[in-house]
Amino acid sequence: MIPGISIYEILTVTSILFFIGVYGFITRKNLISILISVELILNASVINFVVINKYLYPDMLQGVMFSLFIIAVAAAETALAVSIIIGLYRQISSVEVKDVETMKH
Amino acid sequence: MERIIFYTLALIMIVFAIASVTSRKMLRSVIYLLFVLCGIAGIYFLIDYNFLAAIQLTVYAGGIIVLIIFSVLLVHHIEMELEIAKTAKQILTTVACLIGLGVFLTTIYSHEFNVVENSLTTTTADIGTKLLSYGDGGFILPFEVISVLLLAAMVGAIIIAKGNKLTDKNDETA
Repeated sequence: MIPGISIYEILTVTSILFFIGVYGFITRKNLISILISVELILNASVINFVVINKYLYPDMLQGVMFSLFIIAVAAAETALAVSIIIGLYRQISSVEVKDVETMKH
Repeated sequence: MERIIFYTLALIMIVFAIASVTSRKMLRSVIYLLFVLCGIAGIYFLIDYNFLAAIQLTVYAGGIIVLIIFSVLLVHHIEMELEIAKTAKQILTTVACLIGLGVFLTTIYSHEFNVVENSLTTTTADIGTKLLSYGDGGFILPFEVISVLLLAAMVGAIIIAKGNKLTDKNDETA
């Protein structure tokens, strides 16, 4: 644990990061910007796993394992999302949400 | 000392996260996200999980950011400005997010955590042993499942990004 820092302060920071991500997810109108907001949300939750593992159950490793798996799933998700965005750009020459009316082909 | 470092990191992360979701230049928004991810790696170093910090720096700062920058450069003109949401929608979303944050914080601060005072360090060897053990509480099955998932994601990404060209070639020969 970090000397002099309580768990409440770290959880406050991660909550703020999470809601900044939610704000970006709702207000942005571009697929890549939405992907960036999703990364922010995922990262905030990963810090929560790690911090709760370290402060409450320091002799276990479950939180670290879960954060490793979350990072792996996030990497796979980003690769697929980027390939979908590039494929869509080939079809309709745009990555704005309002232009993406069909996902056919 | 740790207090100063933690508050600096927290300030950097929050400021750059806000800049990342409000910037109107696409590429700048990605670079601000890079600073946020590096700040999170700093938190992992501070909390004494060196392996996770290294993973964060290589996978996120090294891999995902480069991938997003590639896609930005492929689909955008660099000087193009993003369209911004209506002011009413922005205010409404801000209010909703602040209410949600308030609910989160009241829940967190009213909960009594059983914090265990400790200064244990976790070595990479511990994580590796736990990850590959098939005894009680081992993680060998999720480890294998995640490798299959990564393979499937890789194949899927190649097929989706290349699909058009492959069918065109088939049509020509047919």
